[in-house]
Amino acid sequence: MGKNPFIIEVNHVSKRFEDGKYALNDVSLQVKKGEFVTILGPSGCGKTTLLRCIAGFQVASSGDILLKGEDVTKTPPYERPVNTVFQKYALFPHLNVFNNVAFGLKLKKIAPDVIKKKVRRALKMANMTGYEERKVDTLSGGQQQRVAIARAIVNEPEVLLLDEPLSALDLKMRHDMQIELKELHEKLGITFIYVTHDQEEALTLSDRVVVMNEGKIKQIGTPTDIYNEPQNCFVADFIGESNILSGRMIRDRKVQFLGLEFDCIDEGFGEDVPVDVVIRPEDIYLWKVESQKSKVESDKGPDAASQADLDEEDRVPKGKFTKWYGTVQSCIFKGVHYEMRVLTPDGYEFLIQDYHEFLPGTEVGMLVKPEDIQIVKKEHYIYNYFDGEITKNGKVRFIDAEWEVMPQQIEGFEPGEKVQVRVPFRSIDLQDYEEEGTLSGEVHFILYKGNHYHLTIRTDEGHDIYVNTNDVWDDGDRVGIVIPAKEILISKADN
Amino acid sequence: MSKVIQIFSSRRTWAWPYVLFMLLFVVLPLILVGYYALTDINGQFTLRNFAKFFTHSEAIQTFLYSVMIAVFNTVICLLVGYPAAYVMAQEDFKTPKVMAMLFILPMWINFLLRTVATVELFNMLGLPLGEGALLFGLCYDYLPFMIYPIYNTLQKMDYSLVEAAQDLGANRWQSFWKVIVPLSMPGVYSGVVMVFMPTVSTFAIAELLTHNNIKLFGSLIQDYITTTDLLNYGAVLSLVLLIIIGLTSFFGDNDSEGEKGGMV
Repeated sequence: MGKNPFIIEVNHVSKRFEDGKYALNDVSLQVKKGEFVTILGPSGCGKTTLLRCIAGFQVASSGDILLKGEDVTKTPPYERPVNTVFQKYALFPHLNVFNNVAFGLKLKKIAPDVIKKKVRRALKMANMTGYEERKVDTLSGGQQQRVAIARAIVNEPEVLLLDEPLSALDLKMRHDMQIELKELHEKLGITFIYVTHDQEEALTLSDRVVVMNEGKIKQIGTPTDIYNEPQNCFVADFIGESNILSGRMIRDRKVQFLGLEFDCIDEGFGEDVPVDVVIRPEDIYLWKVESQKSKVESDKGPDAASQADLDEEDRVPKGKFTKWYGTVQSCIFKGVHYEMRVLTPDGYEFLIQDYHEFLPGTEVGMLVKPEDIQIVKKEHYIYNYFDGEITKNGKVRFIDAEWEVMPQQIEGFEPGEKVQVRVPFRSIDLQDYEEEGTLSGEVHFILYKGNHYHLTIRTDEGHDIYVNTNDVWDDGDRVGIVIPAKEILISKADN
Repeated sequence: MSKVIQIFSSRRTWAWPYVLFMLLFVVLPLILVGYYALTDINGQFTLRNFAKFFTHSEAIQTFLYSVMIAVFNTVICLLVGYPAAYVMAQEDFKTPKVMAMLFILPMWINFLLRTVATVELFNMLGLPLGEGALLFGLCYDYLPFMIYPIYNTLQKMDYSLVEAAQDLGANRWQSFWKVIVPLSMPGVYSGVVMVFMPTVSTFAIAELLTHNNIKLFGSLIQDYITTTDLLNYGAVLSLVLLIIIGLTSFFGDNDSEGEKGGMV
């Protein structure tokens, strides 16, 4: 057996709070010595909880955490060989810079001259030489951050934990500090675990990114993996901007969406399987076409007219690419590039970034290279499935509510019988006023699928209902949930 | 008409009643104390009253005894009050409001009534009145003044500082002494000043709880002031006390963080 390559091992860690909600739900993660790992996710996804479990400020409800192969799940923070840089610095206001940095060393009863030397070196590393005697509240945010970093690294920890350390700094300062942190990581050669909600920060700094949502790890990978090969819609949507469309995997390397067939490079999804298709806005090529009419017939292969258009635009790749067409709806200058919204005749909207400007109203052709089409497994498809029960008064009870159904639908079922209920995503009506619904809930997650929105509605009892709609809702909107009686499909329970 | 409105809308105008009040009831009495201290019974200027204090061993002894009692009381209040404030400020402490209420409840009643009640309580329990009863009564009266400023600073303290200390290797005991205690010092200063100053000059509590057997400096001043021909000497004693209290409050304010403590 070789030496254990992992400095941190998080094995099936869950953290449940008193109200029964999970902050962490079966999280596993291994970190190699010297790695720079970023835990990325929206607020409330559990990333800080995970960091605090590693630091020892919180104890996992189940699972274990190993540091250098040693179980530290219940070890108090002061006995762990890790140090933390806190979000709001947490510098001691009653001590000056020197004594803040020396705090950990003094506890270890190290000789004063050694402490002095080490503190000097740590302050130098953090570019804070000469500030030893300053009171911490006279320092700027960036300087306080540097002192916090010096205070952590002076103890020569094996792992440095950073909890959104740059979130309180302004943009310019944040960029400078990102570079400094990266350099510091290289100089020290120790393991960094970095928590942030800023995807750009995560992609810039890390060797590996751990994307979290709702207490679960959604994907672990290098920044390029995470960006180019998102494994699910959440990652695709959270990291960068993307066009996400419903599609169908015809067979390996062949995918259908927009009613067209595209070559792609993904394999192993099976044949005729519903999938989601992710295309980054910068991966779609745009060119001007003269008239929409002649291109209604979009097909594969070079038809004469579009070939002529392509010839004018050398930057668009030539070859047998599937092309489709649309009209530019809006165009915004974003500094380096322009950002266009393009609408196809069948109502799909694309977000496209290009160095060239295409004014609103321009008719354009679009294509994407096979390697830029990212196929993602669909997490749920067409139907919501619920466990239900026929009630005595001829209704069906599921997701903690009783729903009206038509008598013929429950013919042959006994009251009290367990049934399986299916409700198509499309058939659920959302009402502006919660009182108008049988159930009320909150818009929890929104995914734009090119021509419709795919919403996750979380009911007040904590159930998730998926809804496809053309209406625009915002995150956190309160809604009333209505399911028309005829849309509730009832079948015998499996067991 | 508009001029009247102008006068009444000026903030300065509204300050006048207070200025007048302070002139009459704070500044004038101070001047009077100074005047009586520096004159004899016939209104002639003299320093003999001061000279008398420094040779008057009974006054000096009472003074030192009062200071000692005040120090004891302050220390007891601190020892009792700090842990109470600490427990109340803990995040997982469920009923800080109820606790705070219980501590503040006795303060709804005038302290003289409370002290009389304490005397009755001691009599009922068959406990002797005297120095012990005096210290108990003082502590009972002044404890809330110690607890509140400390509770306030502890409650406002950023708990991540304690986590930072633990992260840097401090166990609970070390993080308490090296972080929590230093950071609660503003509250401790406020508490100390607010307990110490009134205790030095207290007299009613001492009279009631010791059957007039123990004389504190406050009682001494009262004795002299109420005796017409020794009024001037009483003024000197008041002045001495004032200076001492002034020095203590200066010691408290000296720390710039002092104001952060504050009362509720």
